[in-house]
Amino acid sequence: MERVILHSDCNSFYASVECLYHPEIRDKPVAVGGDVEQRHGIILTKNQIAKKYNIKTGEALWQAKQKCPDLVIVPPNYPLYMRFSKMARQIYLDYTDQVEPFGLDESWLDVTGSAVKGDGLTIAKKISARIKFELGITVSIGVSYNKIFAKLGSDYKKPDAITVMSKDNFKQIAWPLPASDLLYVGRATEKKLTSLGIHTIGDLAGTSNQILRSFFGKWGDVLYCFSNGLDTTPVAKFDNQPTIKSIGNSTTTPRDLENNEDVKIILFVLADSVARRLREQGFKARTVCISVRDNQLFSFTRQYALKQYTNITSEIAQEGFNLFCKQYHWLKPIRSIGISVTDFVSDTIAVQTDLFSDETSREKKEHLDSTVDWLKNRFGSYSVQPAVLLADRQLSGFDPKRDHTIHPVGYF
Amino acid sequence: MPIYKKYVDMIVRYYPDGTIKPMAIWWEEGTIYEIDKIVDVRPCASLKAGGAGIRYSCMIQGHEKYIWLEENKWFVEAKGDKLDAEVSAG
Repeated sequence: MERVILHSDCNSFYASVECLYHPEIRDKPVAVGGDVEQRHGIILTKNQIAKKYNIKTGEALWQAKQKCPDLVIVPPNYPLYMRFSKMARQIYLDYTDQVEPFGLDESWLDVTGSAVKGDGLTIAKKISARIKFELGITVSIGVSYNKIFAKLGSDYKKPDAITVMSKDNFKQIAWPLPASDLLYVGRATEKKLTSLGIHTIGDLAGTSNQILRSFFGKWGDVLYCFSNGLDTTPVAKFDNQPTIKSIGNSTTTPRDLENNEDVKIILFVLADSVARRLREQGFKARTVCISVRDNQLFSFTRQYALKQYTNITSEIAQEGFNLFCKQYHWLKPIRSIGISVTDFVSDTIAVQTDLFSDETSREKKEHLDSTVDWLKNRFGSYSVQPAVLLADRQLSGFDPKRDHTIHPVGYF
Repeated sequence: MPIYKKYVDMIVRYYPDGTIKPMAIWWEEGTIYEIDKIVDVRPCASLKAGGAGIRYSCMIQGHEKYIWLEENKWFVEAKGDKLDAEVSAG
């Protein structure tokens, strides 16, 4: 049976919510931007008027101001956006329980079994009208028989539009689009495709999957399926939490990091958040990864497998720091840094100890961590801190666990 | 006449099943406007005031007025300039 899948995308989500809440700026070019002082000064979203000035998501605020001196830049208000995201999902859930969020502002809906509410297009129209009335913002919706074309449909026409990509018309609508419009065709893939003479989604669909596989490995098959509308990935049920495969935090620091001592401060703050989240989820991890970006924006990642599974803050922080010291030679100052852990087991699993590590002291550290967790839950993240964080309050004065509640997601 | 978002003092009844029923607005000069009847309740955005929540359409002294419950605060679309209102109030 042919599925009916919608992809709903809130147009300029952050900017639309800000414009709703500030009627006085609605007819001006508006962008939501990070804090310049904290050096998070990039454009996060912009409204339709700002789009006309060719303002791009991700560019620096000063660049945007050069293109459009009258640009109104408002700081982000994540709790508000999360409330709106939740309100939108509540509307989607009136039509189906298969609602799969993709970030805060996008969701897939499988409405195959919702025929009592109408066909795909009718439901899309109802949802679009309700979002406009109840949330005061607009959505673009793609209606199709697979998730990939539904997403293409929601990108096809913006804002406040509905595009149907059916089996009858996708060759006319989807195939002329540039290949880079397809999910998972980023800059690197696009470059490779161009060198093969593949420019549009139609070109991609017309290339045999053996050829694609020879250039892209297993991703070749994925691209072939995506472009031909053969993707059969189901829309997840709403309460179906995807398995967590890694936990990480990263930050762009208020000033460049100049030496190991600076890095140690940041890594300890981040590792504290990572380890606490790890313990909350009931996991232990064995691989520590760090990501580093220098002030010329060159970035790399490195990882290291530990001998034992751990959820001890000090071990994760120390291993991350050791890895960093081994890998970074301070040719340039650092702009942002992150730490993450992967390779999980449940923390209730029995541990094989060895003769050479001091299990008593590890057990003590675990008790210490759980006590500190309790204190922090009750009195806040700053109530107990390692002394190293007191060396530079400007650097250590952020709370990744509380501040960073939006985690990026992948399709697979 | 411009319109602004005005948060208001409300007298509200909470029923045992969790239903909330606004009973009256306590206006700034101490006047209480009783709500005679609630004719409609629905989620709705206010484009004029700038907000979104549950909108109660209430009959007050023969007029239909909208009152929004946005999370835990109540607001109305008030006529006038926000700045003027703040100056005269404080």
